[in-house]
Amino acid sequence: MNGEPLIETCDLVKIYPAGGGELVALDRVSLRVAAGEFAGIVGPSGSGKTTLLNILGSLDAPTRGSARVLGERVETLGHRRAAALRNRHIGFIFQTFNLLPVYTVFENVEFPLLLLGLPAAERRRRVMAALERVGLADRARSRPDQLSGGQSQRVAISRAVVKDPALVLADEPTANLDAANSHQVLRTMVRLNRELGTTFLFSTHDEKVIGYLRRRITLVDGAVAADEAVTPTHGEDGEAAP
Amino acid sequence: MLLRLAWRNLMGAGLRTWLNAFVLSLAFLLIVTAQGLLHGMNEQAAQALVAVSVGGGQFWHPAYDPYDPLALADARGPLPAGLAAAVDRGQAAAVLAVPGGIYPAGRMQPVVLKGIDPAQALLEFPAAALDTAVAEIPLLIGARMARSTGLAAGDRVALQWRDARGTFDARDGLVVAVMRTPVQGVDQGQVWLPLDSLRAMTALPGAATLVTLARGAPPPSAGAAGGWRLRTTEDLLADVRELVRAKTAGSLFVYALLLFLAMLAVFDTQVFSIFRRQRELGTLMALGMTRRQVLGLFTLEGSLHGVLALGLAAVYGAPLLAWFARRGWTLPRNTDDYGFAIGDTLHPVFGSGLLAGTALVVLALTALVSWLPTRRIASVRPTAALRGRAL
Repeated sequence: MNGEPLIETCDLVKIYPAGGGELVALDRVSLRVAAGEFAGIVGPSGSGKTTLLNILGSLDAPTRGSARVLGERVETLGHRRAAALRNRHIGFIFQTFNLLPVYTVFENVEFPLLLLGLPAAERRRRVMAALERVGLADRARSRPDQLSGGQSQRVAISRAVVKDPALVLADEPTANLDAANSHQVLRTMVRLNRELGTTFLFSTHDEKVIGYLRRRITLVDGAVAADEAVTPTHGEDGEAAP
Repeated sequence: MLLRLAWRNLMGAGLRTWLNAFVLSLAFLLIVTAQGLLHGMNEQAAQALVAVSVGGGQFWHPAYDPYDPLALADARGPLPAGLAAAVDRGQAAAVLAVPGGIYPAGRMQPVVLKGIDPAQALLEFPAAALDTAVAEIPLLIGARMARSTGLAAGDRVALQWRDARGTFDARDGLVVAVMRTPVQGVDQGQVWLPLDSLRAMTALPGAATLVTLARGAPPPSAGAAGGWRLRTTEDLLADVRELVRAKTAGSLFVYALLLFLAMLAVFDTQVFSIFRRQRELGTLMALGMTRRQVLGLFTLEGSLHGVLALGLAAVYGAPLLAWFARRGWTLPRNTDDYGFAIGDTLHPVFGSGLLAGTALVVLALTALVSWLPTRRIASVRPTAALRGRAL
């Protein structure tokens, strides 16, 4: 990135039509995220976290303002270039895992690599490496409906990181997990952040997630209320920091 | 990749997929069967007509018009040299047609008396039965004629006709044989007798009304035919072809209805599938698929119903069709009244053209109805799809 921030937004505004009026989901959000960060957008429901994440993931376009992600201006991206940006550089982790139900674990993780057109041998190597990182190599042949919630989310993490993306966007990744699975998933992400240097950006209001963050961006009513570096209360080993 | 995912999704839908494919395969097989029967009808009618009556084409006397019975009295004349030579070489058979009457059970019934050489081997027509020495005039009639007149082999019946000078004459004839033929044109309303006998009875030595050419024999030139009109095999089969075409066109409505019902099932499945799988659709976009790719995936998925249906049809339909083609369809007696020379059993013909053509139509229509509801994906916002509120 040549020293440039991975993400840079400037006065980002997103307005939705709502009941004949307008709903301001994002209100002049300006922020910079550097490569390798482990940051979270936190705030109550309806504060605009998911909207911001969607725009940064080029799934949505802002109403006004600019968002530069990995050197691409999101607001000017066409559908095809936006798809290419997501395909090559951005991994997504969803609250509901969103695994393809008809595919095996292996095939789910392989899917982004198929879109990239990688050869079969390379795909296999990368998929198995990604599954080993989350401790699910032995479940490669399983179907999503044979996995627990925690295992499903770890598969989703594998799918997000298998293409070595610069950025992983995780939208409420622990919302459907119990405490033990949440910690396991979060520890996995912390480790991947350290090992791969992948930037992780969360949207969350889960205290467990917040405990692992090194930077907390607080949104209130669509505006950035606070943006601060924080010391994680939990580490890679899952233990509360002293 | 798209194919693999589409196939997995299709199989993942389980019973719904197989029901759709079964309905579609049923429609395909019904259409192929009905078309095969019509093709078989066409083939059999043409083959029977060629074998029994039409041969390799006919030369007609200039006044002969099979649709004008009143013209028949004048439709005869000496054979032109070229045609006579062909008859002598065994490459043609002359037929003399004379209007007359018979009196079965004392009631007069108008008929066409037709003279044919009992020794001819050109047509698959049992003229040899006329080569017999009886005191009466030997007569050959068809089974339909026998049924309508109440005559049977061995019966005597009075014949009446007018000779070349217009004088009425009458004699007894003896029905020497009753032939079963699929061709009504040589049966109903016709009485066959030896050509020489008819020529002698009518004082028309060497006369004929038409000459049937042997299959594959080169027709004499127009000059050698002395003004007699050549009717090729295709000309003579035109009515049959037209009849089959009309029946085919009539059945198009039924095919359209069958296909419509089958396509409705596929369409419904597509609509349901797209609506139910909005989140998946959004996920695919988030993973980097373009809208066009997602659209292609869902269209492909729907289109595969057609492929599956053809596969199913091949599994359970091919043996059925093969058995049906071999065994044929035993026709009810009143089928004779349709005017088709198809015999007692109709054997459907399932040509590669018919199978491939129908398969292509099914595939193309399945692709179309799969694409129609899928078009909406092109305008779907990924974020709305991920929330399950895109459609």
